[in-house]
Amino acid sequence: MASKPLPEPTPETQPFWDGCAAGELRIQRCLECQRPYFYPRPVCPSCGSTNVEWFTASGNATLYSYVIKHRPAPGFEDDEPYAIAVVTLEEGPRMMTSITGVPATPEALVLDIPLHVTFEQRGHIHLPVFQPVREELP
Amino acid sequence: MTNGSPGAIIAGAAETDRIGKLPGHTTLQLHVECALRAVADAGLNLREIDGIATVAASPATTSVPGPVQVAHALGITPGWIDGTGVGGSSFLLHVRHAVAAIRAGYANTVLITHGESGRSQVGATPFAQGGPSSPSGQFEVPYGIFGPTTTFTIPALRYMKEYGLTHEQLAYVAVAQRRWAAKNSRAAFRDPITVEDVLASRMVAYPFHLLECCLVTDGGGALVVAGAERAADFPKPPVYILGTGESLESPIISQMADFTESQAFRLAGKAAFSEAGIGVAEVNHLMIYDAFAHVPLYGLEALGFVAKGDAGAFIAEGNTEPGGSLPLNTNGGGLSYTHTGMYGMFAVQESVRQLRGEAEAQAGQPEVSAVLGNGGVFSSAGVLVLGRHPR
Repeated sequence: MASKPLPEPTPETQPFWDGCAAGELRIQRCLECQRPYFYPRPVCPSCGSTNVEWFTASGNATLYSYVIKHRPAPGFEDDEPYAIAVVTLEEGPRMMTSITGVPATPEALVLDIPLHVTFEQRGHIHLPVFQPVREELP
Repeated sequence: MTNGSPGAIIAGAAETDRIGKLPGHTTLQLHVECALRAVADAGLNLREIDGIATVAASPATTSVPGPVQVAHALGITPGWIDGTGVGGSSFLLHVRHAVAAIRAGYANTVLITHGESGRSQVGATPFAQGGPSSPSGQFEVPYGIFGPTTTFTIPALRYMKEYGLTHEQLAYVAVAQRRWAAKNSRAAFRDPITVEDVLASRMVAYPFHLLECCLVTDGGGALVVAGAERAADFPKPPVYILGTGESLESPIISQMADFTESQAFRLAGKAAFSEAGIGVAEVNHLMIYDAFAHVPLYGLEALGFVAKGDAGAFIAEGNTEPGGSLPLNTNGGGLSYTHTGMYGMFAVQESVRQLRGEAEAQAGQPEVSAVLGNGGVFSSAGVLVLGRHPR
């Protein structure tokens, strides 16, 4: 069986993956227009400034949209079926991810449910995935 | 046309003799065959072709000969080359660029070709996603995406929640297009289907069932573009290129700004209709790239044919099927006719046939036809506004 694909960090994205290894979701924001953005790149997509910085996002997000894949990609045979989701971070940017801790069903995956980041180790990479926020018992 | 230019026409158009399953054809053969047929359709000799355009490279496709290989195979030496490769929309962009080249005097007669062994994979490189350091390879592939069924489809659930589109309305897109395909002997799937059939077909990537996903076929198509002042010089009725547009959005689906609308579709459409100087009310026939059942909905809304959120009901009410007010995807589309991988060429071919009055499922006598081509996953778009007469 094929193994799951691993991302290959570049100089532009290394701080993101270093953050993941440290248990933090680090993304960028523009120091001119103040807008946060993702995926990592050296120019602000809103205003074109190169005056940007890294910061640690809260890890809070909501479920924006998804599909449930019924024939697995190579390496994902044990996961079938599985959700491929896009989440909206509390800070605004969106990212693709997996949803863990709940069955991959439309009943469990209701759009806009609150999520929080966690990190899944895969080889030398820590991959950000998200799980639904459990409601605290009173 | 603008700037006092006489503009340009589509003078020749043809698909490969057969489409569907062609295990005896390499990708290059498909290019060559449709090229020869389109040049013959225009009543020309290959020596008269002085411009060539075809996809030079695209991460979304398999084997891509590119303009140098195609021209060499045809034994021609054009003085104008366009290898724009932004996915299935590329051929509409080639038309736009050819119009500009003709206006500029860089070329007189441009050949645009497409061939793809999408199904049989003859001489094709295996399917590959973005490399592991690309944006897709780092931020999408690790989550188990595998081709457009797992990416192009992701926006749909958000659209369904925001605008109340039902699973039945999404399924009906496939039903409506099958009604056109039933009239077309070249369509891969012709048997009538119901919403129940669609919803009972295998789940590919929820909420998309098999019949809401495009075919994977072999085939090709080619166009010959020439200056409009030569309109009377060709054997077939000229198809006037009234307006063109191109645009783009994101290389990866997660960065599409709003999952309920396509920026690329909207901007390309705006440019094309603005240049043509007409509104959508004057369009009698429409082709919208349909890799999946939701794409025509996004197209109808982005071009302004219906208000945002209304496209599902518009199709379910029968407006786009035979007998409806706005014939849409009259060849049967990527869902029922053919889909080699970069379908845009086939959408243009059907518009040309409709305007010439030579389509199998002829939708009256359209005066104006619009074509919307998608590239990648809402990543790029091309729009052509074509007419039977100059404006």
